[in-house]
Amino acid sequence: MKLLIKNGRLIDPATGTDNTYDILIDNKKIKEISSLIKKNPSIKTIDAAGFVVSPGFIDMHVHLREPGFENKETIETGSKAAAHGGFTSIACMANTSPVNDNRTVTEYIIARSKEVGIVNIFPIAAISMNLEGKNITQMDDLVEGGAVGFSDDGRCVMSADLIRKSLEYTKMLDVPIIEHPEEHSISGDGQVNEGFISYKYGLRGILNAAEEVIVARDIILQERIKSKLHLAHISTFGSIDLIRNAKKKKIKVTADATPHHLLLNEELITTYNTVYKVKPPLRTEQDRLALIKGLQDGTIDSIISDHAPHTRDEKDKEFEFAPFGVIGLETSFSVIYDRLVRSKIINLKRLIELFSTNPAKILNLKTRGMVKPGLPADLTILNLNKRFEIDENNFLSKANNSPFIGWKGQGVIEYTIVNGKVVYKRS
Amino acid sequence: MKENIFKQKHLLSIEDLSAEEIDLILEIAESFVEVSTRNIKKFPALKGKTVVNLFFENSTRTRSSFEIAAKRLSADLINFSASISSLKKGESLRDTVLTLEAMNPHIIVIRHSASGSPNYLTTFARSSIVNAGDGFHEHPTQALLDALTIKQKFNTLRGLKISIIGDILHSRVARSNIILHHKMGNEISLIGPPSLVPKEFEQMGAKVYYNLKEGVKNSDIVMMLRVQEERGSGNYFPSIREYRKLFEINQETFSLAKKSAILMHPGPLNRDVEIETSLADSDKSVILQQVTNGIAIRMAVLYLLKGERNEIIN
Repeated sequence: MKLLIKNGRLIDPATGTDNTYDILIDNKKIKEISSLIKKNPSIKTIDAAGFVVSPGFIDMHVHLREPGFENKETIETGSKAAAHGGFTSIACMANTSPVNDNRTVTEYIIARSKEVGIVNIFPIAAISMNLEGKNITQMDDLVEGGAVGFSDDGRCVMSADLIRKSLEYTKMLDVPIIEHPEEHSISGDGQVNEGFISYKYGLRGILNAAEEVIVARDIILQERIKSKLHLAHISTFGSIDLIRNAKKKKIKVTADATPHHLLLNEELITTYNTVYKVKPPLRTEQDRLALIKGLQDGTIDSIISDHAPHTRDEKDKEFEFAPFGVIGLETSFSVIYDRLVRSKIINLKRLIELFSTNPAKILNLKTRGMVKPGLPADLTILNLNKRFEIDENNFLSKANNSPFIGWKGQGVIEYTIVNGKVVYKRS
Repeated sequence: MKENIFKQKHLLSIEDLSAEEIDLILEIAESFVEVSTRNIKKFPALKGKTVVNLFFENSTRTRSSFEIAAKRLSADLINFSASISSLKKGESLRDTVLTLEAMNPHIIVIRHSASGSPNYLTTFARSSIVNAGDGFHEHPTQALLDALTIKQKFNTLRGLKISIIGDILHSRVARSNIILHHKMGNEISLIGPPSLVPKEFEQMGAKVYYNLKEGVKNSDIVMMLRVQEERGSGNYFPSIREYRKLFEINQETFSLAKKSAILMHPGPLNRDVEIETSLADSDKSVILQQVTNGIAIRMAVLYLLKGERNEIIN
């Protein structure tokens, strides 16, 4: 099967490309990139004039809920949502049931993702057995089975000794440890950011310090160990400071942030609307602006959705009883492009680094995040002129717990192409 | 008519009320106080209306206060009590309320341990919702009955100094009172250990003190809060003994307030923990008057809310 993409503006930060090119795909791979590839009636052609062609987007932090919580999302519905949002690859977290702490679950996820055959799915396995923070998983076996990193996401590794050992052990495997930084004895039963708003509205708070003490701890350990440490969903200005300083000192650490922490703040929780209940919590405007600064100066390396589907009934509750989390696969690009690129806070090349180049590097996906002959043809084609209004009826995810419903702006996904196959086309 | 200045469909919080609305509620409550001294205390104001007491937390005083208030207004009353654990495991709050609403009540009075639950009800319920205490958030009728008691004593609700002492962090009574007295332009001091009185409360218009004597100085009103051990206050201070040593109000510390000062407590009291028992029973104490006023305030609130529902039904 051949596919020709004509006249698109190819922006690939990995190869330093920003120019109009024709791209020929053959047998799932990029065959040729040049300024003119002749049309051929036997080759299916996409006219990409006026569109931007990007290396396929990678969301390195989603919850697909399968196996175990198929009422919230499945590998199939999560894959469709990913394709809809322009993601050609996603990495799914281990907090399923059973937990992805053994090769059988890892292989099940991969086998199921191939049956579904929409996007590439890379499992993140658990750091500790059953996410209990006691014994590390059989990490070599899991990597052999297809895991691309380790995380106890949803729970922080509270034992400093365990995080030390897992950072040390993964040095020989060359995969990242992805930390969910939350000191649980500080965060406790916290529901929202701790500060004036949590006090006024009578909700238990989560201090910035709950995140920052773990960020600091892990950086201190990593300074000596020099493994691969990635800090997930950073939300506070203090964390940004710590990571920025660590990078200055050449400590190997990477970090990500979510669109909701980049675009929303804690003031939204004053109506007790559970859609804004997330972990880490939406923080103050000062924190949000520090994250933006971190995006601009390279402190933040990637943008993740932390796509966390829940059923309508689960979120339709008293604030305290509702689960944490928002979905994001189908909205990440549009809201970030509209609010940060169109307003010139970051440029489009930087957005592509955050959505593709860097997550591929962090997860060590050597053949992804780059457009080069011989590599798998994962491409995201962007229509930057098309207006959008986010409508939950268009979601392909099973869930609708999005804080961006009703948002209007400009910049949508036109095509998502995975291994040479069009898996999403805007209709 | 004066009642037109009351714009609320629900009573969710003091924050939602204007100073004029607060004055109106007190004024109407005062007339109910006057008639409650008569032999026949019943009014037909809510005849044919149904009030549901939906209580997910143990409560005797607030629940019976609403019950008496509703009955004195001739409303039909249903008491519905359930435990929070049944909510977590069994029927959701939405389903519980929808089931009750299928019986066409006019007013639902809710007490719930989760802050914001009354606000949540208004997103789908058709009845008027009255907050009888939600988590650490607000307890508006308590602050109103406190205000009525203060007004009876000082003939005004303005130009006063109120000291609130204890576990501010976990107190809905404190929040509603802070907001109310800030709206009235009164001076507010909050007193307790730093672990229970975050400095951020100053952004609500209060001043924070960690020293009882400093804080109560020249107060017109000294309001004690119950030390809520069941709320997990235990980690916030080392022992009741040390708490008592630092923050118990007794004859000596109370004497630092103004001569005319009154002592308040929302109840139930921990005698000789936060409040010295002889002081609690002294003529400075208006604690039982607060309870009496609770009925009049709740009558006033139910009375003012009933009209809204009529429009919806017709």
